[in-house]
Amino acid sequence: MIEQLITEGLAIGACYGLFGVAVAIIYKTSDVINFGQGEMGMISTFVTYHILAQYGLPFWLAFVLTMLFAVLLGMFIEFFFMRPAKDPTVLGLIIITLGAEMLLMGLAGWKWGAEQKDFTFPLSVQKVHEPIPGLILNEWSIGVFALTALIMVLLFLFFRYSNLGIAMRATQQNQNAARIMGIKVERVFSFTWGLSSLIGAVAAMFFAARSVLDPNFMMEPFMRAFAAAVLGGLTSIPGVVVGGLLLGLIENFFGYLWPVWKPIVAFVVIIIILTIRPSGLFARHYVKKV
Amino acid sequence: MDMKRDYYEDIEVFSSGTVLFWSFALFAFLFTLPLYLPSYNIYLFNIILVHVILAVGLNILVGYTGQISLGHAGFFAIGAYGTVLLMTHLGVPFFAAIIAAGLIAAFFGFIIGLPALRLEGPYLAIATLGFGLTIMHIIGRWDIFGGRMGIQAPPLDIGIPQWGLSVLLDSDVKMYYLIVVIAIIMVIGARNMMKTRIGRAFVAIRDDDIAAEVMGVNLLAFKTLSFAVSAFYAGVAGGLFGFVLGFFDPFTFNLILSIIFLVMVVVGGLGSVLGAVMGAALITYLQYDLLKNVDEMPYLGDVLVWVSRKLFTVIGLENFNSIMLGLIMLGIVIFEPLGMFGIWIRIKKYWKTWPF
Repeated sequence: MIEQLITEGLAIGACYGLFGVAVAIIYKTSDVINFGQGEMGMISTFVTYHILAQYGLPFWLAFVLTMLFAVLLGMFIEFFFMRPAKDPTVLGLIIITLGAEMLLMGLAGWKWGAEQKDFTFPLSVQKVHEPIPGLILNEWSIGVFALTALIMVLLFLFFRYSNLGIAMRATQQNQNAARIMGIKVERVFSFTWGLSSLIGAVAAMFFAARSVLDPNFMMEPFMRAFAAAVLGGLTSIPGVVVGGLLLGLIENFFGYLWPVWKPIVAFVVIIIILTIRPSGLFARHYVKKV
Repeated sequence: MDMKRDYYEDIEVFSSGTVLFWSFALFAFLFTLPLYLPSYNIYLFNIILVHVILAVGLNILVGYTGQISLGHAGFFAIGAYGTVLLMTHLGVPFFAAIIAAGLIAAFFGFIIGLPALRLEGPYLAIATLGFGLTIMHIIGRWDIFGGRMGIQAPPLDIGIPQWGLSVLLDSDVKMYYLIVVIAIIMVIGARNMMKTRIGRAFVAIRDDDIAAEVMGVNLLAFKTLSFAVSAFYAGVAGGLFGFVLGFFDPFTFNLILSIIFLVMVVVGGLGSVLGAVMGAALITYLQYDLLKNVDEMPYLGDVLVWVSRKLFTVIGLENFNSIMLGLIMLGIVIFEPLGMFGIWIRIKKYWKTWPF
């Protein structure tokens, strides 16, 4: 029983972590918290659903097309909504991303209606395997673990060795200096949004496979993923994943003991963590200087 | 232009005779409104006025103190549930109940204000958002709050029924007079407060909290006070809202409502009481009237139904509401960050300096 709770908690936690990474990538490069991240993932998942239901293409092809769509969507939002705002305040940025959220949610509701749909995902929660004796995992968890590990490795290599990754880190440290060095900062932002949207879309599909598909389904996972990101520290990508795993464990154990209060665990964790350690567990505390 | 010649001119509630005149003209108009409006529109006006109270309160926090709250639906819910439960379970008279509910909300505002001392910007937005969702879930799970099924507001009696002083407000029009009086008192109260020491401390915190602290503004006291005052306004507005709706459930106070509240303040114009009033009126009108039945909208309705049939689904057309809200939010930040108040200032300046 106890190992079941742990593996299940870690699996859902890895999914939170993955989605949290999507939030953290944008925050790292441009200091924007993207409240529309959940809905960007939601609409990408709906695109997969639409391709599968309407055109009957195989899943892998639908997946590839969706990834393409997700990247374009992220770039679209950056180009048309974030870029035209002149010196927006923090509140202004929040309003823009919330506006994008409302817009996407409305569009999805208009196109696909509010009723819940079943999302056919090749990895199901019901089918279980036993890779090592005593360790029972369902296909969904195996998929999440493998994918999270793969994306983490790819991101590490990307930020370490590729020119674009280095340019993103430079932009994060000092925009003006990066511009002087010849980095096209706007293009870096655009790419950041595309990358983040892609990772978010993958995580959103995993969430949809566990629950149902409707225009609101990403709202609470987004909050939880954000809690995970804050727990680990928004500026450290490995920290976000560790935060996600921790949150998944906390939530699963708490939910086992008091099932009624499971939905609010994440929010209470957010408030407590923000009060005690505002920068999270694995990020350095930033002190404002005059 | 409006040159201030001494300190007392700066702290007057009505800055000039013209403002005083037009304010009283507006009050007179509001008091005679039921004479020329059909009763459905009175219901709409009740909601607008409730939202005006809330938006003015939220503007104290967001516009004047520079903090961010995405959890005001939580305070709103505390006000609504608090008032109704105090009246039905403890038999508290209406005015005592609504003030008590406002104070409970203010207490929660104070609690939420404590982490705000260390948080800023997006982190604060998330913390308050978590608070709002927590309140919604707690209310949805406790039987005393009616659970997910919701709760019925008792008949609105503003007297003290136990002592035989029963003053029953049983129609929208009678309720309108109660709400309009409370709204006017609270709006003037907010405007007045912003001209006192407290209001100036709030503005100082907004402009630079470190500088404010150096100048001797107690951040602990004033940040939490700002949250408490703002939550009090939200609580009172929530108490009235419960009676306007008559029946409500936890899902009435969802995250979208918090977003709508924030949009009211931003669309109206940050840091201006008049702006909050205009923003609340505009957004409420759009949400509760114009965009409620999109397909029956003049001219545009038929076009939208046609577009829906071609590209989208007709059944999902009700979501047009949130598309419009999203577009307004994006447009206001990109094109007019000062909101409707900014537009108003620009028009005023244009005519004052005309023909230059």
